[in-house]
Amino acid sequence: MRARSIRGTGAVAAAASLAVAASACSAPGDGKNAGGAKDSAVVGIAYEPDTLSPLLGYGKDGNSKIFDGLLTHDAEMKLKPALAAELPKVGDDGKTYTFKLRKGVKFSDGKPFTSKDVVFTYETILDKKTNNAAKTELDAVKNVETKGDDTVVFHLKYPYAPFAERTVLPIAPEHIAGKQDVNTGEFTTKPVGTGPYKLVKWSKGEKLTFKANPGYWGGAPKVKNFTMAIIKDDDIRATRLDAGELDGAILPPNLAKKYASDGNKKSYAAKTFDYRVVTLPTGNEVTGDTDIRRALDTGVNRKAMVDSILDGAGKEAYGPVPTDSPWFTKGTERKFDAAKAKKILDDAGWKPGKDGVREKDGVQAKFPLWYLSGDKLRQDHALAYASDAKKLGVKVEVQAGTWEVIEPRMPKDAVLAGGGSPADPDFDQYTLLKSSLAGDGFNNMAHYDNPKVDKALDEARESGDHAERQAAYDTIQRELVKNPGYTFLTHIDHLYVVDKRFGDLTTQTEPHDHGLASGPWWNVEDWQPKQ
Amino acid sequence: MARMTGRRALFAVPVLLAVTFGVFAIAAASPFDPVKAYAGTAGLTASQENLDQLRANLGVDQPLAQRWWDWLTSAVHGDLGDSSTLRQPVSDVIGERIGWSVLLAATAFLLAILVGTLLGVLAARRPGGWLDRVVTSLAYTLEAAPPFWIGLLAVWLFALKLGVLPSGGLTDTASSAVTAGQVASHLVLPACVLAISQLPWFVLYVRQGVGDALGDDPVRGARARGLAERTVLLGHALRSGMLPVLTLIGSRVPELITGALLVETVFSWPGIAAATVSAATAVDFPLLAALTVLATAAVLLGNLLADLLYGLADPRVGFDG
Repeated sequence: MRARSIRGTGAVAAAASLAVAASACSAPGDGKNAGGAKDSAVVGIAYEPDTLSPLLGYGKDGNSKIFDGLLTHDAEMKLKPALAAELPKVGDDGKTYTFKLRKGVKFSDGKPFTSKDVVFTYETILDKKTNNAAKTELDAVKNVETKGDDTVVFHLKYPYAPFAERTVLPIAPEHIAGKQDVNTGEFTTKPVGTGPYKLVKWSKGEKLTFKANPGYWGGAPKVKNFTMAIIKDDDIRATRLDAGELDGAILPPNLAKKYASDGNKKSYAAKTFDYRVVTLPTGNEVTGDTDIRRALDTGVNRKAMVDSILDGAGKEAYGPVPTDSPWFTKGTERKFDAAKAKKILDDAGWKPGKDGVREKDGVQAKFPLWYLSGDKLRQDHALAYASDAKKLGVKVEVQAGTWEVIEPRMPKDAVLAGGGSPADPDFDQYTLLKSSLAGDGFNNMAHYDNPKVDKALDEARESGDHAERQAAYDTIQRELVKNPGYTFLTHIDHLYVVDKRFGDLTTQTEPHDHGLASGPWWNVEDWQPKQ
Repeated sequence: MARMTGRRALFAVPVLLAVTFGVFAIAAASPFDPVKAYAGTAGLTASQENLDQLRANLGVDQPLAQRWWDWLTSAVHGDLGDSSTLRQPVSDVIGERIGWSVLLAATAFLLAILVGTLLGVLAARRPGGWLDRVVTSLAYTLEAAPPFWIGLLAVWLFALKLGVLPSGGLTDTASSAVTAGQVASHLVLPACVLAISQLPWFVLYVRQGVGDALGDDPVRGARARGLAERTVLLGHALRSGMLPVLTLIGSRVPELITGALLVETVFSWPGIAAATVSAATAVDFPLLAALTVLATAAVLLGNLLADLLYGLADPRVGFDG
């Protein structure tokens, strides 16, 4: 019997390896395993891109590894030229942007990069037929034209000061992407760009493997092989980091903690614009009441949330702009003061009623607060908020749901939302606060309506002058103290652990959306691994 | 035999039509919004105009019957449409993945049949003996254990605690090449877990079949003639005891498919499972419909195969009357 079972297993193994050998023919790559080599890096990430085509939105915030934009960000998030030779010249009162292009740049297939590729990229994204969900971000663009091979001019519909920030989006090659279906063509999974890395293989749900582009205009990267393993589960990512399968990974605070004492690993806390906020919709008679809003704004203990929910990895938030950003208006911090909050409510006539819930004119101070089910961080924030509100006599009923459930309720119910885009204050604030965008998709979820803020938002986006813009954003932040449409709770640090052999690394200020661009590997092409 | 195959093939047409229409109807009735799913995080900042345009481009603003009919007519012409979640033609999605799913399922199925038969025969030899009791109670326990739970347990034990087998994926994380050796080592855990989840049925059926056969007249006659125990067991008892197992092979196919779905998810095996799950939650009509057709066809084929095998093994049964 024993011999039979072994023979049986052998047959299965043989059949399996035959099948594998047959399918292995289709696998690209030279077969040399680079694992553990000095010039390779493997990192674990939690999110997978839907597409690798910039025409469908991949890499729109810069840093796409396979591609370059006209401009890019340095470690301080300042714009610097990439495919453009210099920063753009702004003319016509902020309505034209002229870019001179870098000479001699080639796509990784050897074909030259020209102004036509730039026009192709932007025109394709703006085309109605292109399924790019982020095209609203290029709303300001009227048209794009070439002036010879090395100059591109953008004409805008209205003066838009932060427009240069949008030109970090990657440029696709017209000679490849222009010849196929933009929504489903091969280019969406097998991209070709001018960037520091070439895609070797995208094994969906598993990993993305990259090889250094030896002809990169910025110099060939030292890290020759770069792999991003997609591991959704936090614990498995940590385990594979321990097992040496990964050189680095993004981790939640509780798992990142134990690496602080690890001699071979270094921890990085990336500062972010990633906020968690409670929307206070004007359509609800309780959350629409300015006194309730102000009371909640002073009566929630943000410090306690940072310490207990985030393990200290984050900071208190008073608006979309983090307190350490140059755009933050000093003096708009709200000190936690439950007594003051109660006084606001008392003075406004919200009198304690039965069960400790306040009442005014027959209305009970209670409202529902929704969070996305399955999101632990949002759940914790929502529960902490409800518990703080309860002490003030405001009853917040926390409920979980998917976006399908939450969205129709957004005009009347509060939502524990997240967001944040560091590139320009306009990107967050315009869509968050502009009254005309109330209820437009997920824009202005709270239906916030404040004429002073509306005016300042327009001034801020139209003016090219930094001091004028700063003054406008100061106005907005002060208005948010007087009439908060949202209760901003925290800005969350993103934590990473990376092997020490890559030396001291940096992180950028990160957005809410932690895609492939985030993490210490934002500039993996510049890493100098120790030999 | 040919007539039975032909009749079943004809019968398959209305079944497939009904099943695909059912998939479209259920997907349309689900609360998931295909546009939201397509847009992902970008959808959270997209304007309504942008979202409406996407809805029109993806063709999901059409009525249910219209969408189903459009899908069906182009599918008949060989065009399975484009997957909205994976931004690829559906035929590419299936082509890239199905080989890995078939490898996993076939390996597991073979293992389950072989090991199941072996354990079943061993248990049937001494009904009520210690081996029988151990095997039977183990089988009943495993029957109740969901495959993903066994999968997680296996990852915990073999990958995390013992560190002897990789926890997931098709190849090592750092490697970009797919080699036979790599795949073989990564196949062990998922294939065994899937095999174990299928095992109880084979064990119990074989045990019952062989046990019954051992009490039958021909076997008792063979024993009386002084034939070797081995010949009696394998030549007589197993042969007639295997008949119900042949039917089981066909009827296990649906369970195998759902089991493979869960196991692939646990082990991030790049098969068709991940695509199926995302197609379902993102209401990716073309992909969902194509995958449903595939699964239905596999079930129908499994049943046909079982009946054919049964007919061949026992001529008294015949083919469909």
